[in-house]
Amino acid sequence: MNKKISFTFDGKKYSGFEGDTLASALIRNGVFLVGRSFKYHRPRGMISAGSEEPNAIIQLESGEITEPNVRATEIKIYEGLNATSQNNWPSLNFDLGSVNDLFSRFFPSGFYYKTFMWPPKYWEKYEYLIRQAAGLGRSPTKDDPHQYEHFHYHCDILVVGGGISGLYAAKLLAKANLKVLIIEQHPELGGQCLNTDSFKTHEVLIKELEEQNNKDNFKIIKNSTVFAYMHSNYLLACQKINNAKIRQIIWKIRATKVVLATGSIERFLTFDNNDRPGIMLANSARKYQNHCSAKDIKKIVIFTNNDTAYQTAIDFFYKQEVEVQAVIDVRKNSNGDLAKKAEKLGIKIFFNHAVIDTKGRKKINSVIISELDESLDKAIGRSKKLSCDLLCVSGGWTPTVHLFSQSKGILFYRESDATFIPDKSFQNEISIGACNGTFELDEILKETYSKISGLLTEFGKKIDVKSRINSEKIFYDKLKHLWIVPSNKHFGRTKMFVDFQNDVTAKDIKLALREGYRSIEHIKRYTTTGMATDQGKIGNINALGIISDLSGVPIHKLGTTTFRLPYTPVTFGAMAGRHIKEFFDVERTTPMHQWHVDCGAKFEDVGQWKRAWYYPIENEGILQAVNREVKATREGIGILDASTLGKIDVKGRDASEFLNRVYTNAWSKLDIGKCRYGLMLGDDGMVIDDGVTSRLGENHYVMTTTTGNAASVMSKLEDWLQTEWPELKVYLTSVTEQFATISINGPYAPKLMNKLCPNHDFSKDNFPHMSFQNIGIDDVHCRVMRISFTGEMCYEINVPSSYGKALWEKCFDLGNEYNITPYGTEAMHVLRAEKGFIIVGQETDGSVTPIDLDMSWIVSKKKYDFIGKRALYRSDTIREDRKQLVGILTKDPNEILEEGSQLVEKITPVPMEMVGHVTSSYYSPNLGRSIALALVKEGIKKKGLKIYAPMPNKAIEVEITNPVFIDPSNERLSA
Amino acid sequence: MFLIKCPYCGERDQSEFNCGGEAHIVRPKNPPDLTDDQWADYLFMRKNIKGIQFERWNHSNGCRRWFNVTRNTATDEILKIYNMGEQPPIVTGIAPKTPSGETSIGSGNISTSYTKK
Repeated sequence: MNKKISFTFDGKKYSGFEGDTLASALIRNGVFLVGRSFKYHRPRGMISAGSEEPNAIIQLESGEITEPNVRATEIKIYEGLNATSQNNWPSLNFDLGSVNDLFSRFFPSGFYYKTFMWPPKYWEKYEYLIRQAAGLGRSPTKDDPHQYEHFHYHCDILVVGGGISGLYAAKLLAKANLKVLIIEQHPELGGQCLNTDSFKTHEVLIKELEEQNNKDNFKIIKNSTVFAYMHSNYLLACQKINNAKIRQIIWKIRATKVVLATGSIERFLTFDNNDRPGIMLANSARKYQNHCSAKDIKKIVIFTNNDTAYQTAIDFFYKQEVEVQAVIDVRKNSNGDLAKKAEKLGIKIFFNHAVIDTKGRKKINSVIISELDESLDKAIGRSKKLSCDLLCVSGGWTPTVHLFSQSKGILFYRESDATFIPDKSFQNEISIGACNGTFELDEILKETYSKISGLLTEFGKKIDVKSRINSEKIFYDKLKHLWIVPSNKHFGRTKMFVDFQNDVTAKDIKLALREGYRSIEHIKRYTTTGMATDQGKIGNINALGIISDLSGVPIHKLGTTTFRLPYTPVTFGAMAGRHIKEFFDVERTTPMHQWHVDCGAKFEDVGQWKRAWYYPIENEGILQAVNREVKATREGIGILDASTLGKIDVKGRDASEFLNRVYTNAWSKLDIGKCRYGLMLGDDGMVIDDGVTSRLGENHYVMTTTTGNAASVMSKLEDWLQTEWPELKVYLTSVTEQFATISINGPYAPKLMNKLCPNHDFSKDNFPHMSFQNIGIDDVHCRVMRISFTGEMCYEINVPSSYGKALWEKCFDLGNEYNITPYGTEAMHVLRAEKGFIIVGQETDGSVTPIDLDMSWIVSKKKYDFIGKRALYRSDTIREDRKQLVGILTKDPNEILEEGSQLVEKITPVPMEMVGHVTSSYYSPNLGRSIALALVKEGIKKKGLKIYAPMPNKAIEVEITNPVFIDPSNERLSA
Repeated sequence: MFLIKCPYCGERDQSEFNCGGEAHIVRPKNPPDLTDDQWADYLFMRKNIKGIQFERWNHSNGCRRWFNVTRNTATDEILKIYNMGEQPPIVTGIAPKTPSGETSIGSGNISTSYTKK
């Protein structure tokens, strides 16, 4: 006997055995009521034993590790497992929501659309209530402590499904020296064979394959569901390892060939009250019965339209404690081997009969059966009541073609057994066994042998003829499909469930048709059939059949709804894998990062970079800190970590010509050792980047880009070089991370430079503004540029990254006497705004030309062409009333405008006519007042005009000014 | 997530690449001579068809090289990969094949003209 395992369901302790699923363990304990239905809160029990389960979905565990909507049929029990039922209040046994069932006549399909239409303003209230009622389980509210992993796997052949066809295929492939992966969704290999007493071959196969596992490129993973089949044979599987530190693994598999052996799912029949606990799919009931003797099951009835359910009858017949009351078969007769055998055993069979109703509130206790008329449309004669505590139902079998359909294969509708089966492949795969519509065991073996033989030929291998196996042939008589089982009642009074999880009944579908819905996709969305977490694995085909019956359109003309991934729900944890928290995205830090951290800097994300935002001292807030940093920079020395700026090394014979083409200004005449500011446009004339480029040699430049655009500028430049100008000999290298950049600003900057490098002449004659020099600082080769983004004298030192922190610290040691102050990005913004310098992405938004920015001085008139030139005189870009960059000063100097504020010339009732918007707004401590930059229609012409920034409670009066607020003549640069 | 055979690196996952839109749109050599409409045509007008499309792709998370791809946008089938500056292949007689075969019903996953089985 297997190990005993105890678990809890709804607070009550039970025990099961190792190898049990939660569903089988509950059945072992006689628990059939496991949940309440979605809309009507009807009592529900498990109806299947696999991934198709619509009812037995539970909340697994509690607290931070809880997972909602877990199928009890798929979860293996472990010691201490704790599960609770869903969608009931106050308890599963007594659920107040079940009043909905009494009023079910008032909840037809489209109920919400029809009822909550009026008055429209009440929608917000309705929505809250509807949302409260919606959903089944509860999502966790805390961080999940488990780990989730993603594995990548490449193989020659992926076999999906470890049932008999998959096992046999694997055996035939195992010795071929190919890399083979087999994935089985259940904890054990074997599939349907696990229920079969007569056929033992699978046991041999399983033993052989388990021995081979993880040897010779051969691998088996169990407890894993392939849930997606994507392009180029890329498949995803989710492996569940519950109760372990690593809880789930997503396997990302790329296979040369895919063998789909996904089996089939048994169908339900649509009869009145077909949803009571204790009504199960026949084959699942048999599986449970063979695996665990259910408590309190004494009498069973079987209701079928095909031969396979007779196996259930036969299996139960041999159980001494169970009495098989009857098999109710809608067919006139059956010559199938199993039916004959059942008859011989003395099992009572009612041909041409149907179950037309069932009784029992929380567990079935009896069924009402009746004879059917010739055309199976009506129940005739006197109905009979049969008591039972288990009703096994079989409506035939549906091949599991989900993955095949996801792969974009085309299905074919086979009328004889009402199945959709694979027709034409789109990707490199084959389907074998039940998922290919081959149900009989011997035929499955034959099909698998011949298809795998063909597959091996494709790989240049030969099949081993000795490994051929056969089975005894069983004859199955034809199935009779009966989409709606007749009832004595008026159709409108029946509850024949088609989709159990979303509570969709046959009459809901009829209503949708009556209301004019014709397309299967529309009917699906209107009734929500097939839209629950089980995606209608059991019921979709019945819904199709019903629509076909009622509308008279044959099923193959209706088509199917789209089979979407995932096949079974996947948790967000598994999808995210390790990509959470600090691993969610790449974090880039500068060589001086630790220094900023140690100084208590606050950080700002700029693209992937962590940039120091401001450096508060003690209890300073952002405004105080920024004011102090800004003042210190204008009066002493401010030092900025500018390492994040993009740096592109441009080398080659045609480097100057290249820069001429991509920047708006001219580059050929720039002397070696000089720097120049450049504006880069798209070919639509809009500003995309700016920065300073220095000429290091005849054919050698270093270009600086904005922090956020470094990668996209590099890509765009490569694009032009490779695709448009292959004749240019230019090589681009990103050197952003090779250099740390220290920007030393302020009136005392040259003094600090002198201390850093005593032997060098930093006088303005020797080292003027906009020039570049190679300087050794402590024998480390540095590239120093005299450029300025603050309007102060400034030296930008580019030092190899590994020396960045040392040099940064040295600056502080030497600069102490000048009150050297680190400043962050916020102070940097204030400093540049005081000077009216733009920031690409703040003053520009992809719709701003250099002319709009009043920067026509940088746009060459002489060059025949450059990127963006032609677009600068398109009819749209030369419009007079374009928004232009201006400065904005509020009437009240202490009023700081909100960035993004709209500007108007006249205050009128809304809607007011907007003339522009504020792009940057700060408090300038150097001016002792607020300043702002804005884009205003014809703003350049309107300097001096008073306009308004309307706010919810007031209108702020402002004046349009020049955007340069400090030192317009640039005297400080050369003081 | 289809596979693309980079002419420089070999077959890689699509996630390593970026699509740069329609190929064979040459930047005019004489922009000042063009009318607004002609310039706008070069700037903005791009084909986005269901079927055979000539595209530029960049192995952006790899060798960073650009190349041309002839792709059926309906099926993601890649017909040809060729270098920048090369002429596009002549594609004739291939009706845009789609996974669904363009049936008018349902998801298109079902064949309407089936006779074989």
